[in-house]
Amino acid sequence: MTATMRTATTVAARAVGVTKVYGSGEAKVTALDGVSVDIERGRFTAIMGPSGSGKSTLMHCLAGLDDVDGGEVFVGDTRVTGLKDKGLTDLRRMKVGFIFQQFNLLPTLTAEENIVLPLAIGGRKVDREWFDTVIDTVGLRDRLSHRPTQLSGGQQQRVACARALVSRPEVVFADEPTGNLDSTSGAEVLGFLQRSAQEFGQTVVMVTHDANAASYADRVIFLADGRIVSELVEPTAEVVLDTMKHLDGVIAR
Amino acid sequence: MIKATLKSLMARKLRLLLSGLAVVLGVMFVSGSFVLTDTLDRSFTSLFSSVYTGVDAQVTAKPKLEGGEGGPDYAVQSLPASTLDTVRGVDGVRAVTGDVIGSARAIGKNGKVLTTSGAPRVGDAWGEDLSGQRVLREGRAPTADNEVVLGGFLAKSGGFSVGDDVAVLTAAPKETFEVVGIFGYQGGRDSLGGEMSLSFSPATAHRVLLGEPDTYSSITVQAADGVSQDVVRDRVAAAVGADVQVKTGAELAKAQTDAIGEGLKFFNYILLGFAGIALFVGTFIIFNTFSIIVAQRTKELALMRAMGASRKQMMVSVVLEALVIGVIASVVGLGAGVGVGALLATLFATFGGGSLQLAAVGLPAAAVISSFAVGILVTMAASVFPAVRASRIAPVAAMREAATPDRPLTKPTVAGAVLSAAGGALLGVGLANAVLWMVFSGILVAFLGVALLTPLISKPVVAVIGGLLSWSMPGTLGRRNSARNPRRTAITAAALMVGIALITGVSIILTSATASITKVADTQISADLIISGEQQATFEPAVLDAVKATPGVESAFGFYSDYAVVNGEQQYLQAITDFSAWQRLFGLKATAGSFDGAAGRTVAVAEETAKEKGLGVGSAVTVQLSKGEQQTYTVAVVYAKNGAMDGIQLSAAAAVDFSQAKLTDGFAKAAAGTSVADVQKRIEPLFADNPEVSVQDRSAYVKQQAAQLDTVLLMVQILLALAILIAVLGVINTLALSVIERTRELGLLRAIGMRRSQIMRMITVESVVISVFGALLGLLVGTGLGVATVEALKDQGITELGFPWTQMGTYLAVAAVVGVVAAILPAIRAARLNVLNAISYE
Ligand SMILES: Nc1ncnc2c1ncn2[C@@H]1O[C@H](COP(=O)(O)OP(=O)(O)O)[C@@H](O)[C@H]1O
Ligand SMILES: [Mg+2]
Repeated sequence: MTATMRTATTVAARAVGVTKVYGSGEAKVTALDGVSVDIERGRFTAIMGPSGSGKSTLMHCLAGLDDVDGGEVFVGDTRVTGLKDKGLTDLRRMKVGFIFQQFNLLPTLTAEENIVLPLAIGGRKVDREWFDTVIDTVGLRDRLSHRPTQLSGGQQQRVACARALVSRPEVVFADEPTGNLDSTSGAEVLGFLQRSAQEFGQTVVMVTHDANAASYADRVIFLADGRIVSELVEPTAEVVLDTMKHLDGVIAR
Repeated sequence: MIKATLKSLMARKLRLLLSGLAVVLGVMFVSGSFVLTDTLDRSFTSLFSSVYTGVDAQVTAKPKLEGGEGGPDYAVQSLPASTLDTVRGVDGVRAVTGDVIGSARAIGKNGKVLTTSGAPRVGDAWGEDLSGQRVLREGRAPTADNEVVLGGFLAKSGGFSVGDDVAVLTAAPKETFEVVGIFGYQGGRDSLGGEMSLSFSPATAHRVLLGEPDTYSSITVQAADGVSQDVVRDRVAAAVGADVQVKTGAELAKAQTDAIGEGLKFFNYILLGFAGIALFVGTFIIFNTFSIIVAQRTKELALMRAMGASRKQMMVSVVLEALVIGVIASVVGLGAGVGVGALLATLFATFGGGSLQLAAVGLPAAAVISSFAVGILVTMAASVFPAVRASRIAPVAAMREAATPDRPLTKPTVAGAVLSAAGGALLGVGLANAVLWMVFSGILVAFLGVALLTPLISKPVVAVIGGLLSWSMPGTLGRRNSARNPRRTAITAAALMVGIALITGVSIILTSATASITKVADTQISADLIISGEQQATFEPAVLDAVKATPGVESAFGFYSDYAVVNGEQQYLQAITDFSAWQRLFGLKATAGSFDGAAGRTVAVAEETAKEKGLGVGSAVTVQLSKGEQQTYTVAVVYAKNGAMDGIQLSAAAAVDFSQAKLTDGFAKAAAGTSVADVQKRIEPLFADNPEVSVQDRSAYVKQQAAQLDTVLLMVQILLALAILIAVLGVINTLALSVIERTRELGLLRAIGMRRSQIMRMITVESVVISVFGALLGLLVGTGLGVATVEALKDQGITELGFPWTQMGTYLAVAAVVGVVAAILPAIRAARLNVLNAISYE
């Protein structure tokens, strides 16, 4: 298999030489420095790196939440770079799903209403069969009519996962989805993300700085100072941790 | 602590602006009204001192009635020429003139009588002018019987120039004169204060203004050098005797200024009333703003508590913020008020006073003091409750999620029920006994009560209104958002309620009044044609005789109207040409005595009045009229009052001693089988010489009466629109604060694919729900107010209850539009939020 063929068939999102700079002059921070990466379709990719290394920025750029200062971003066949608000809104509606670290749900809506919100906003029909599958996978059937305030943090985050999945986006982006959860709830959410890639072929990109969380992924990309510095496939927690330590060492030196 | 407060204020300039704006508007009205009255007062003072320049004393006949002269247009009693001679002979008098002054209304080239806006329309005799103010600009003095000179303002208004003919209405029948000259006043002025004046030759003036030669309406005295006004007054008074009064020029100027001041005071009260409403509504908004701010800052405030700030410090911090807003708003409001006062004064001078020379706009102390007192007090008062709430925030709240749990609504609901009941009772008692302050405070207390009840009602009502608007996801979200903070929604809506309730109440009262007039006209008055006109409009009794003699007229009668003192009590009443025609055409029923055959000096009394005054058929009453001596009249008939007639009426014999022995109203009935329109056509030409008088059939008359009420309604609507404008600011404020509060939610919605237009729709729905809710409340409360008032006015002749459905529908529609408009800015702000920043907003 050649690289070009792979791009055409199995890449869900792609960054090409992406540069992102914040501020100017003295306060100038290069958050991303010529990052090129392909996110493979149907796989669970983790982006790792120390705090401030540009993980969130990369994810935001890939998802079209932020614009880039150099390079190009694609989601599926759509060139994200250069899209106006309407195009970006369409992209978010149809092609990407989000799970944030916190505050993922609207307090005025029930769990079910929150889950189907992206569809309702876009005026799309709910695929009942798929909805049921998702609900059963996240195990929320008996919580559907609850309001977010009546749910635990883990349950809320599982609702957010279900919401990201229910519209079958090209890519689900998750920024430290377990950052606010205890380890049991975190494991549930991670297991769920892993299964959605394995069982449903859903592309998932997750930002994390937790080696254990990264070990659920099929592939881990390491960022440091806005650059991709390493990559692991089918990692274990130990290997990830080692790599991190090694990276810290590199940076320290 | 203080520093922290000021910092937080500066960080939230928008909030400061919006909540301050309501106070600014209220304060603006307060200071504006003071500046206006102050400016006009000084202008009129200088006007009248110039009017009385050169007048050291003035001699007039002592009026028979107090203030019953009917205004300066009338010369009620005149002085004989002998008095003039007496005064001339008094020691210390340098010069005297006998003045001949009377009402004179010129008819314009279009056949309509020229009008001023309140200033007199007078005629006098051209002659020596002791004030030295008058200047003949063109032409010459009038000498012949048919000549006249016009004041500049009258000439300009009517487009008259020398050589033109001008028809003039005076105490005598209409007469046409030739304009031989035009005069003005020192300083190039066309009039002294917007009056329309003209001068006849002395003989003509006596004939048309006073009706007799060798009499004078007043005598103007100039003192010799070194003799003061007071001295010359006292000497003249001693010479002329008791039937005559003498006043100094200074006294007259002051009396005139005071009289105008009384009128201006009324104007002032109206403005202050609306300032009050504006501030009342403003209080709701400030209260709401501070409540929301305290809720939003719970974490921050709790953190301060955790770090050791005392409860008192927390309270002080909120009240201090209010104080700063109050001071700034008062300063801005005061400044704006000076502008508004100056603007209104200019408008008044331009449209209301012809060429009134405005004094320089000043800043009276009253304006400054009241502006600050009102602005600061209102703001601080509105912040007390939120401040108390802030002080009760537990330090542990810093650690909790920001979501404030719904506090139970029991307390406000109970308080609201109590206040509503108390307000209603106060209103009821006030209306029943006609105690104005009770009525007003009853309304205010009731408003507060309803406002406290609103959170409870808001849930179901908002659900219903929102249900109508939530056909799409953004709509649903908007509806849910408006149901999120019942208190916030309720108070925002309550602010709108106040304005709409007042407008609705007034509309109901006026509609009921119209309905009552119609009812009376339809069921009681059987006159087919009504002859009436503007206030001073009169016609000669001979014209009424001609009406009676017109073919097709079955019967006709008329009213003379004037002030009179009956049994020691002064009142405005009518003398009636023909009691029996009056009885038939007004559907009156005698309960004692008879309308027929009542001749000579008789009176008719309504039953209730008779009971109240202890009168019965045959009782004697003393009557003092504008002219003549006091006379004894006999009660000829007691009748059951109806919607058209009440009180005491005099027989035609009284008319000769009225200030004008002319009719003010006439009523005619067409003979059976005759067309009213035909009769009207035949009668109308009889009034060719009385252009102020119109002949109308019953429905046109009712319509005209109703149209006057419509004007009142329009004015009330315009002024109350201010209250609604402030309420709109409140809606904008609440929405803007909500948008800030829900920044992360908005970010999330955008992240999962909501369009800008959908965000805007969501906020618009929320806004419309709040506004419509407020309007519904207002309609409801206003209906209560209106119905209660109409009920209380039953005895005053408002017997019918009418609902202005179209207007009420319009108010509701306006509220919906208001909702859309109020949403514009917050919606744009929300739609423009940067998705990433919004999501990470703390
Ligand atoms: N909005 C911003 N303005 C300025 N600097 C920013 C902004 N967002 C991120 N940065 C900077 O860019 C770099 C990368 O940030 P981020 O992508 O959030 O890192 P990570 O998610 O890996 O912790 C950091 O140095 C951060 O300080
Ligand atoms: Mg991050």
